Amino acid sequence: MTLSSNAQSFVTTRNACTACTPLGAVMAFAGLENSICLLHGSQGCSTYIRRYLIGHFREPMDIASSNFHEASAVFGGKSNLFVALDNVINQYRPSLIGIATTCLAETIGEDLPQLLREYRKERNQNSLPALVAVSTPSYQGTHADGFSSTVRAMIECLAEDGAVGDSLVLLPGMVSPADLRYLKGVLRDFGIAGTVLPDFSDTLDGPTWDHYFRLPSGGTALDKVRGIGAARTVIEFSAVLDPEATAGGYLQKAYGCNRLMYSHPVGIEASDRFFKSLEIFSGKPMPEEHCGERERLIDSYIDGHKYCFGKRAAVFGDEDMVAALIGFLHEVGIKPVLCVSGGRTRRLRELVRGLSGDRGEEILVLGDADFTELAEAAKDLDLDLLVGNCNGYRLSRELKIPLVRVGLPIHDRIGAARILSLGYRGTQQLYDRIINALLEVAQDGSPVGYTHL
Amino acid sequence: MRTATDIDILEQRKAQIYRKGDQPFGMICDKASLAGSVSQRACVFCGSRVVLYPIADAVHLIHGPIGCASYTWDIRGALSSGPELHRISFSTDLRETDVIYGGEKKLYRALKELIETYKPKAAFVYSTCIVGLIGDDVEGVCKKVEKETGITVQPVDSEGFKGTKKNGYKAACAALDKLVGTGPTDHIGPRSINIMGEFNLAGEAWMLRDYYERMGVQVAATVTGDGRVDDIRSCHGAALNVVQCSGSMIYLAKRMKERFGIPYLRVSYFGVEDCSGALYDVADFFRDKRMMERTRDLVSSEVSSILPELRRYRKALEGKKAAIYTGGAFKVFSLVRSLRTLGVKTVIGGSQTGNEEDYTLLRELCDEGTILIDDTNPLELSKFVQETAADILIGGVKERPIAYKLGMAFCDHNHERKLPLAGYEGMLNFAREVYSSVCSPVWRFSPYRRKREEKVAS
Repeated sequence: MTLSSNAQSFVTTRNACTACTPLGAVMAFAGLENSICLLHGSQGCSTYIRRYLIGHFREPMDIASSNFHEASAVFGGKSNLFVALDNVINQYRPSLIGIATTCLAETIGEDLPQLLREYRKERNQNSLPALVAVSTPSYQGTHADGFSSTVRAMIECLAEDGAVGDSLVLLPGMVSPADLRYLKGVLRDFGIAGTVLPDFSDTLDGPTWDHYFRLPSGGTALDKVRGIGAARTVIEFSAVLDPEATAGGYLQKAYGCNRLMYSHPVGIEASDRFFKSLEIFSGKPMPEEHCGERERLIDSYIDGHKYCFGKRAAVFGDEDMVAALIGFLHEVGIKPVLCVSGGRTRRLRELVRGLSGDRGEEILVLGDADFTELAEAAKDLDLDLLVGNCNGYRLSRELKIPLVRVGLPIHDRIGAARILSLGYRGTQQLYDRIINALLEVAQDGSPVGYTHL
Repeated sequence: MRTATDIDILEQRKAQIYRKGDQPFGMICDKASLAGSVSQRACVFCGSRVVLYPIADAVHLIHGPIGCASYTWDIRGALSSGPELHRISFSTDLRETDVIYGGEKKLYRALKELIETYKPKAAFVYSTCIVGLIGDDVEGVCKKVEKETGITVQPVDSEGFKGTKKNGYKAACAALDKLVGTGPTDHIGPRSINIMGEFNLAGEAWMLRDYYERMGVQVAATVTGDGRVDDIRSCHGAALNVVQCSGSMIYLAKRMKERFGIPYLRVSYFGVEDCSGALYDVADFFRDKRMMERTRDLVSSEVSSILPELRRYRKALEGKKAAIYTGGAFKVFSLVRSLRTLGVKTVIGGSQTGNEEDYTLLRELCDEGTILIDDTNPLELSKFVQETAADILIGGVKERPIAYKLGMAFCDHNHERKLPLAGYEGMLNFAREVYSSVCSPVWRFSPYRRKREEKVAS
């Protein structure tokens, strides 16, 4: 696992492979019903994040800002925050405002929970929407960490005590709206009463409208979040997060929920694990439709195996997505020889060891890395394929190899929200896209141009 | 369910909205955005970043936590004919320990390695929000590196919260001002200009350069489109500054007038009228009969080459209504005129950074009933596009979902676009853009549009 370039000694981040923590907070809050996010900091943070997410989801994305100015940086942002909250309440009538900090607010030492206590005291508490605070300084962690902290903050703030019930909570992490929709369908097919949190399947992939909505409809209902502590089982998708620090860890500790935590279900083995959990929870066998999907997926693995066996791929993006893709690629015989993330948990390296056994030495893992390091490492690896977000496009162009787009951001195609990669169904789509990308290369590179491949 | 048409405008926002015909005229503008209003503006850093970004042979190092660099990586459509250093997003990526102990050392090491690796002509260091707060002496580090490497390292005072986007323009101009006047000018003749406030989006500066060369005008520098550090150093050799997008570059033009006595013209290249006006104004400035003749020939040949196609679009678009919301106000004037060329009436005109003079002019230019808005937000825009039954919204990506959700056409006229919209060819592209969105067959499926049309029918 040596680097041929001087990349690792470089201090500057060149073309980051991450966004900042508040972006994760914004996405998580977008998955709560009738809620809006307010960033406590400069106007630019809200606008840049809006721009980034609108480019990806192509959906409205209103993010408020407390709009710090010079005086706020000196005397604190209290008055701006209060004005901002008043205005957001007036304009949007939200049921919940998620307030996330930024590097600026954190650096001047804003005590957000205290400020919100004062705000509640000054205004009529009963008429206020729920206010959930989360600390997301952008100098700490990545957007994935911001997302995870926010999900935990929502639960810590909203969950109420109550008897343990019989429900299931699914904490899927940063997946696509299509993935969320699929997961809800799976629970429904099992007849499981469950809560998926957060659920931005409608808010970030909604229909066109017949009248204007201040806030898009959809999202996890707040009552469901309030009742979340009564869950019997919590399934949390993540292979890299600290199990103690996540929302699932909190639910386990504070409410005694039975928490299952594993990588996102991409590939047959990972999906089997997820479906097995649901079978155990519901006491029912896998619904027929999903059995069919699983069988067809295996059938297609066999149909396509020759096109992909031994191919060399670079995988990049959020650590959890990379982790899930490594397992899947390994399963179909593609070697994920280069795994890159801007994430900083250092867990990827261990996972690769676990996943690839004796082939571990062939895999180069770069954590806390950027796209320049990815490009430099990729040069000598004789890659066939890139799997990751749209920021890999320039490398794909340079190396003349295909990029199969998954994750965030995808700013150069439509339909990012509709990319499904979880479960048997999602794996099927991802697998077909990968095989077809490889076939396209073979076809385009052929002097003959056969139409039977 | 409350809808946007029953939106109450926030009390503190009311003075930033005006409907032509209402008396008296008075618009508050040029001020910080109201907290919680969901302004479409970005920040000081954004202003600096967009202005300096197209300088392609300089290192642009963003000093701060990673977000600001992530969100501005290769985001503009500013093209370069040579080096492409501007397309790499460099960041000191400050972490918690840097926030505690300061980021100077990291900044120093970053600059040294970047200069050594990429051999830039200059480096710009953008300060983001927290840099001053953690006590970094950015200027000191820049000076030190400059001394050690011999490469100009220019700090840009762009902490996000210290003002609005306009302050960012000023900071960028201040950084450029340090470069201007430090290079030789002997290669620059008397009939020469600088194209300023033109960022070479989709190659627009190349088109303009071609017009000027055909007129017999030498272009000393484009500031900053397809920009080069050495051209900027020498651009005080030009006889005239021709400033587009006056919001961003006017500060530099004014400084160059003070320092070198170089006059400036404010122009726009959007639309047939404004682009021709710009070229005539420049020809007029040089008081050269032959240049004026060449300009007339150029304008008439360019206009006649696009006119037949423009007429076709006009036929399809006649009577449609447009809402405009852009960053700078100067562009709104051109858009109102360009749309008129296409038979389209402007019903909303607004900008993020317009000043009193801009809105006064805009009011004169617009028809009765037109709504003028300063530093608006998604809810207000939604309210007004519905009230005015606009057919198309012209803005940037942040405004796009508002249009699409309400079954309304959209044209991207922001700095991220990949299509040239300046000049005559640009006018044709603009017309095609408007036409291909307004006249698309997909709108008949839009529930909002159907409802609106049923209402009109009944």
